[in-house]
Amino acid sequence: MTTATLQAEPQPVARVARTYLNERTTIASWLLTTDHKRIALLYMVSITLFFLIGGAAATLMRLELLTPQGDLVASDTYNKLFTIHGVVMVWFFLIPSIPTVLGNFLLPMMIGARDVAFPKINLASWYLFMGGGAFAVFSILSGGVDTGWTFYTPYSSTYANGHVIAMATGIFIAGFGSIATGLNFIVTTHKMRAPGMTWMKLPLFVWSLYTTSIILVLATPVLAITLALMALERAFGVGIFNPSLGGDPLLFQHLFWFYSHPAVYIMILPGMGVVSELITCFARKKIFGYQFVAAASVAIAVLGFLVWGHHMFVSSQSIYAGMIFSVLSFMVAIPSAIKVFNWTATLYKGSISFHTPMLYALGFIGLFTIGGLTGLFLASLAVDVHVHDTYFVIAHFHYIMVGGMVMAYLGALHFWWPKITGRMYPEWLAKLAALSIFAGFNLTFFPQFILGYLGMPRRYHVYAPEFQVLNVLSTAGASILALGYFLPLGYLLWSWKYGKIAGPNPWRATGLEWTTPSPPPKDNFDTTPIVTEGPYEYDPRATEAELRAAHA
Amino acid sequence: MRTFFNSLFPPQASNLAPKVDAIYFALLGLCGFVALLVCLAILFFCVRYRRGSGADRTPPKWRQRPFELAWTITPFFIFLGLFFWAAEVFFGMSRPPRNATEIYIVGKQWMWKIQHPDGRREINELHIPIGQPVKLIMTSEDVIHDFFIPGFRNKQDVVPGRYTTEWFTPTKAGSYHLFCAQYCGTNHSRMVGNIYVMEPAEHAKWLAGQPAPDSLIAAGERAFRNRGCSGCHAPNAAIRAPLLDGIYGKQVPLSDSSLVTADDQYLRNSILLPNKQIAAGYEPIMPTFQGQIDEQELNAIIAYLKSLWEGDVR
Ligand code: HEC
Ligand SMILES: [Cu+2]
Repeated sequence: MTTATLQAEPQPVARVARTYLNERTTIASWLLTTDHKRIALLYMVSITLFFLIGGAAATLMRLELLTPQGDLVASDTYNKLFTIHGVVMVWFFLIPSIPTVLGNFLLPMMIGARDVAFPKINLASWYLFMGGGAFAVFSILSGGVDTGWTFYTPYSSTYANGHVIAMATGIFIAGFGSIATGLNFIVTTHKMRAPGMTWMKLPLFVWSLYTTSIILVLATPVLAITLALMALERAFGVGIFNPSLGGDPLLFQHLFWFYSHPAVYIMILPGMGVVSELITCFARKKIFGYQFVAAASVAIAVLGFLVWGHHMFVSSQSIYAGMIFSVLSFMVAIPSAIKVFNWTATLYKGSISFHTPMLYALGFIGLFTIGGLTGLFLASLAVDVHVHDTYFVIAHFHYIMVGGMVMAYLGALHFWWPKITGRMYPEWLAKLAALSIFAGFNLTFFPQFILGYLGMPRRYHVYAPEFQVLNVLSTAGASILALGYFLPLGYLLWSWKYGKIAGPNPWRATGLEWTTPSPPPKDNFDTTPIVTEGPYEYDPRATEAELRAAHA
Repeated sequence: MRTFFNSLFPPQASNLAPKVDAIYFALLGLCGFVALLVCLAILFFCVRYRRGSGADRTPPKWRQRPFELAWTITPFFIFLGLFFWAAEVFFGMSRPPRNATEIYIVGKQWMWKIQHPDGRREINELHIPIGQPVKLIMTSEDVIHDFFIPGFRNKQDVVPGRYTTEWFTPTKAGSYHLFCAQYCGTNHSRMVGNIYVMEPAEHAKWLAGQPAPDSLIAAGERAFRNRGCSGCHAPNAAIRAPLLDGIYGKQVPLSDSSLVTADDQYLRNSILLPNKQIAAGYEPIMPTFQGQIDEQELNAIIAYLKSLWEGDVR
């Protein structure tokens, strides 16, 4: 290399550029990498596998629910299936999804850095995650757990069968991976910004990762403690939650939701950040109200810590506590509403094109709006008494988690795919997948709102016959949804090798990550960029003028 | 049409149902309106400002801030209104009327045991007359369950180690689902039953057809004697223990000089965990009955204690 340049020989014309992908290609070079981009890909592969496990459990559940009797699997099996589905999807797919894959890949590039602040800790996070995953898979393979992902005591600590402690250990360990990632992101955002990248010039995706990280660092330890206490009671009979040992079963719920409510925002905030990036790029518009959107993320993070009791309105918690949690839950809906209105307003006078990522972003807004609005039903005390622990709740949070977060994840994956791989995905197939996911999703989950108000409780293996029609609709939707998920799995893999070469910036997007080649070199930037402009310097009129010029 | 509606909407069979449904429909209207507004706006912008549409794109002159403040402040006040409305109904749900019939419910994996005040017992079934308010006093023998009657729009967790309550007045004759709504293990989905709401005359007839039971209070009185409670708590007992007549609902002074109201929970704790709260002026010598008395006998004893008026035990 050096000798070649010294001799100043003419460069071969089609020399393959050095990228983070072809730098070194041994397996060890992947498993021991400290490059944030490679770690992102390690996460991508792992969470895809977990998604398949969680999805398989969901498929079996939906098939079982085709008929009111329990005919496909036994009750115990059904209970294990929904536990696996919940645990795997929440802790091993949704929580890591956008932060560890796209956050890891993009955060340093978006702020003009060469890597995260602590690259080795970043790799350690992945090993913690996989270690936790190994415990979870062990507990599934060796007989499963039937507590539900919520692990309510005293059922989990005294009465449940199966490897509850192994499962809890898995979540406990993976949690430390989350904490380390969160810390890494916080320090990176504070310390590694390129010159000129002030806080008010940060892309909104970075804002959302930053607030998510703060929640991760503050809330996850509480989950770890809670699960540890539960395991103590289960293993040694220490009376903490079981009343017959002198414990308090509600204490568990308070601790659990103190983590798990903020965890909902861990899951949705990064999705909101993604949508802000996609909407602006494909509408060629500055975001409407940057400060409001950024501040809304912070408000959600803060208020999100004060509403856990809305999961406990009928748990026998004091009714006055219930009222305070109810009013605060209404308040936390306001920043979410602000975001929806601001995204919508961003479209006004834009120059809108409808590539796949934009379809996902628009789908996100629609589904997230429905998910958020039905949250108001649950925040209303008297209505929650009726719909709590029914399919209404299931539908509500799937609209947020799947309709919101998974849509955002897929949108982001398509948007940054050319950056990650240097190749384009096939547009028509991708649009078909996006549309079938949207349609299948609604058909799966909309009937569940009705089922819930009719009174069908969640976690029911057998159910009353009058609920069958709606359940059949839901299962039909789920099969379309599953098909929609398999398409990207196929064509994205295909495009890795055969897709059109993308070039550094196929979307003509602003943002520092688009200023480097695709795929980026190992160190991201040849020279540290200097930032002089805000993140969304789009001009719809210029785009339109170019278009006219091209046609003229 | 009617049957179609019935397959989308549960029966309204209690005093609470119309109140809850009113909020539900208001929310449906409001949220439907907002969702429609957002969707129409997105659709409209997407069509009008699609790339190459030739629409005018000169930046608007108006400022953004007023818009943002408008869509921050408007939801705030609407949300406050919704909160108060739903909280008011919720508050009513936790305040049973004085004349309510008190029925004891014990949940256990995976059945509901029901004790009427006259001592009748039912399993997974509850027969009640229209128009008479019912207060359920519930506890669990093992894990957390939840007593959910969709037709009544009421549900409440049933928690081991404590009493929770739920009340309603049935308003429409018929048979309604009873579901356990809190996941409780293998046969959770089979922990279901029926609530039969009957015309008062029907109900009386049904009662007459049942074997005459020993009343709950009489059973409690017997247990009080057999378990040796009366050995300490009778007026002429050798051991100094508080008299229990008229205790229910009274303010009891405790040895740590605080006052508690003697409600169901307090009586329960006094029997199962006597050393937790000591009545002022007495030695903590009462033995615990945890593990010896089951939930149903406990309910009988408590019903007996509640039936004692001041002076009854002389
Ligand atoms: C060995 C004597 C003894 C026996 C047997 C006994 N108790 Fe007691 N009980 C006491 C004493 C002494 C107190 C007051 C100190 C305390 O609060 O622990 C008391 C307190 C109570 C109280 C609280 C009264 C108050 O004024 O706060 C209740 C209720 C009660 N007992 C019910 C029962 C019942 C029901 C039984 C039978 C299942 C029972 N006791 C058996 C001695 C006894
Ligand atoms: Cu149950």
